[in-house]
Amino acid sequence: MSTAPLAKTPGLLEITLATLVKDFRLEWRSKDALNSMLFFALLVIVIFSFAFDPTAEESRRIAGGLIWVGVLFAAVVALNQTWARELRNQVLDAYRVSPAPAMSLFIAKAVGNFIFVTLLEIPMALLFVVFYNLRSIGPVYELVIVAVLATWALVVNGTFFAALSIRTRAREIMLPLILFPISIPALLAMVDATTTILTGESSPMGWIRLLAGYDIVFTTVCLMLFETVLNAE
Amino acid sequence: MKRGFIAIALVTLGMLSYALHQAMVGAPMERTMGEVQRIFYYHVPSAWVAFLCFFVNFLASIWYLVKRSVKPDAIALACAEVGVVFCTIVLITGPLWAKPVWGIWWTWDARLTSTLVLWLIYISYLILRKYSSGGQTPVIAAALAIFGFVDVPLVYMSIRWFRTQHPQPVIGGGEGSGIHPGMFSALMWNFAAFTLFAAVLIYLRYRLEVVQQQVETAYADRALARDVRGAR
Repeated sequence: MSTAPLAKTPGLLEITLATLVKDFRLEWRSKDALNSMLFFALLVIVIFSFAFDPTAEESRRIAGGLIWVGVLFAAVVALNQTWARELRNQVLDAYRVSPAPAMSLFIAKAVGNFIFVTLLEIPMALLFVVFYNLRSIGPVYELVIVAVLATWALVVNGTFFAALSIRTRAREIMLPLILFPISIPALLAMVDATTTILTGESSPMGWIRLLAGYDIVFTTVCLMLFETVLNAE
Repeated sequence: MKRGFIAIALVTLGMLSYALHQAMVGAPMERTMGEVQRIFYYHVPSAWVAFLCFFVNFLASIWYLVKRSVKPDAIALACAEVGVVFCTIVLITGPLWAKPVWGIWWTWDARLTSTLVLWLIYISYLILRKYSSGGQTPVIAAALAIFGFVDVPLVYMSIRWFRTQHPQPVIGGGEGSGIHPGMFSALMWNFAAFTLFAAVLIYLRYRLEVVQQQVETAYADRALARDVRGAR
């Protein structure tokens, strides 16, 4: 056994990156979450297209709501698998006893989910454009800002609440039950911001500011409480 | 303790009766809305009690995370349950009043929607508690309670951007506000009676929860003792 001094204690960033890379490698090899998420999203869009068959003008008004509801449902599928993977072989217990800061684990999981959900949103948005014959009247770069802020809003709380719901009996159903009520202000903001940009009627800046505020507030609360929840016995 | 509680419960009963009389007979009839306005004496105090309960739930949750003892957790649970009951009363009495006065049952106004979202959040809190088991329940419930409370201003801000239809506060609401002194005293009696009533309910629920936890601990201890005897 080597008693040589530790070369360097890995920092927060390194641990976060290591966890993130591990998750992506696992996902790349199994494609568990991504495949089911993509197919689920496709189904949602097709069903919406049957349910609502609007004209181009109407579709601008309702597409904001439909696309975010679709993303929300599909994201829950992904978020539910965030921690389930760590329960096998007691990986989560290993995390708990390791000196790695809980915060880095949370950030890695949240960023991982952010990338997954973004990967999901791109084909979904394209399909919406095709099926609904969408053309934005407002600037498209504003839609990108809304998408980034909205995705983080869903994912940061979703990652945290998935850690709560794996501790309950009805794991899979518990996550939407606790995530949706808290997310209502964010959902309202993302839907209205998207509709405002698509119809080009007024400035979406108020809603964008609200989304940014939501992101900042809940990222702070998540980081403050995550260690407590991870170690709950 | 027991005698004190009975005394307070009797006082509460008396106050509720007197407040009922004040609301139904004592207060003058409203000129335009008529008798239906009397719902106000239940609607507003219930809303006050519900919000107070949710606030105490938030404080007790933080207290639990700091101290990790049975007491704050039992208070948080009792307050959430009683708060949900009063919030339900608010959500039922509101539309009953709105239908004859506004002509509609419901509108997506800031105050109505915020109350509904609050109700949804605390229902999800109770469901989370129900479905989790063992010693981790209080911790994850306290975490969710903090999220829920932090969410309230955001909910209110996001919904305020729609048109607000709910009547402005009638007391201290600026120019043109103010109500008849007879109505004011009826409202105050109901405020006091409902607050006391909620306190009695919370206390009972709190005692029940503490006893429940003692019973569970006793069962666990006995099972453990049997296992130790069996192993010998």
